[in-house]
Amino acid sequence: MNSIRILCRDISKTFSGKSVFKNVNFELSDFQSLCITGRNGSGKSTLIKIISGLIHPSKGKIVYEIEGNELPKESWFEKTGLISPYINLYEELSGYENLDFFYRLRSRDDGKDKINGLLEAVGLKGKGNELLKNYSSGMKQRLKLAFSVLHDPDILVMDEPRMNLDSAGIEIMNEIALRQKERGMLIIATNDEEDQRLCEKFLNIQDFVN
Amino acid sequence: MKGAFRRALIIFRKDIKSEFRTRYVLNALLMFVLVTISIIRFAVGDEKIDDEILTGLLWIAVFFSASGGLSRTFVKEEEKETTSALKLSSYPAEVIGGKLIFNLALSFALNIFILILFVGIMDYDIKNAGAFLLIMILGNFGLVSASTIISAIISKANSKGTLYPVLSFPILLPLLITVINATKLACSGVELKYLTGDMQILISYDVVVTAVSLMLFKFVWED
Repeated sequence: MNSIRILCRDISKTFSGKSVFKNVNFELSDFQSLCITGRNGSGKSTLIKIISGLIHPSKGKIVYEIEGNELPKESWFEKTGLISPYINLYEELSGYENLDFFYRLRSRDDGKDKINGLLEAVGLKGKGNELLKNYSSGMKQRLKLAFSVLHDPDILVMDEPRMNLDSAGIEIMNEIALRQKERGMLIIATNDEEDQRLCEKFLNIQDFVN
Repeated sequence: MKGAFRRALIIFRKDIKSEFRTRYVLNALLMFVLVTISIIRFAVGDEKIDDEILTGLLWIAVFFSASGGLSRTFVKEEEKETTSALKLSSYPAEVIGGKLIFNLALSFALNIFILILFVGIMDYDIKNAGAFLLIMILGNFGLVSASTIISAIISKANSKGTLYPVLSFPILLPLLITVINATKLACSGVELKYLTGDMQILISYDVVVTAVSLMLFKFVWED
């Protein structure tokens, strides 16, 4: 695996002229983990979206560095996995079909073993052929966990990852997070104390709110 | 390039599968076409309508069914909040490529249906079928290319339904004027060599709109 670094320099975000946060700075390297905390509405998810490349910051710059070279923004998705409440998968496809679709977009091989292995790992063995619209919210969250690590990302970004999960699901989520720390970078946006224990670095977004 | 096309096809296949399972667009469009052509038939009654007027009516049916169906491609992703998952899994060019192929397939299937109904119910007489088909293909390609990028633009807006006709009309006007004129001529039996001017305009329009769509989509797709 190539060495990867995220550099976040003076990031600010405004929506319709209203400032969400100002001048956020942090730096993260391989095998490091960051926990973003802050009260509801303070901008944790907005920062997560900026880090994963879904939206642009209003000011400042965020850089992905691979072996010291800047990665073009449109290629960030190849390195990033994201689980968040605002990501939906396709309701009209089955759990397996969803993972198969996203796997094929990233890889040439059929990924059957990988997908079945992941479905088993997140506790959805035997449920893969059911349409997503028939899944419970906890099962959907488990599938989103599988989606986030489908391509073995260098950077795993988790926004409120334990949402809708039961205790077994939370255990699976913890396992995935711990495995990620051994192989790459982990960023979690949460106020949950147990999740915070998974991380070494902390960023309270409220320190950057006006 | 080869990999990008392969991934565009994967997105196309996903959209086809989704469409056949949900009938999100298909049922509405088929009903729209049936109702439109039935209304024209009832309005015309037993009178024999000139083929020139029928050509105009044909393109009205094609244009409005396109505005109802093709504009849904990106709107559906946005409404179902699946856009982020797609953004996190593919390059913008692959997404627009997949959506373009899906809209082409949908549009061509729909236009075959419209044509069958026009010929069967309205006694539409096409004298130069080869030229007619060529013009329909070129016209449709332009219509689909423009509609797909407009669909991507309006999917971000709040008033999606009203925005499509407002944005599409000025962009599609040169195409519609040319294609209606060329279809009329082909229908009346004019040979292909006399349609080269119109065909050049249509090919240029198709190339320019498709190229611009591929280049600009990245900025529309990224928030």
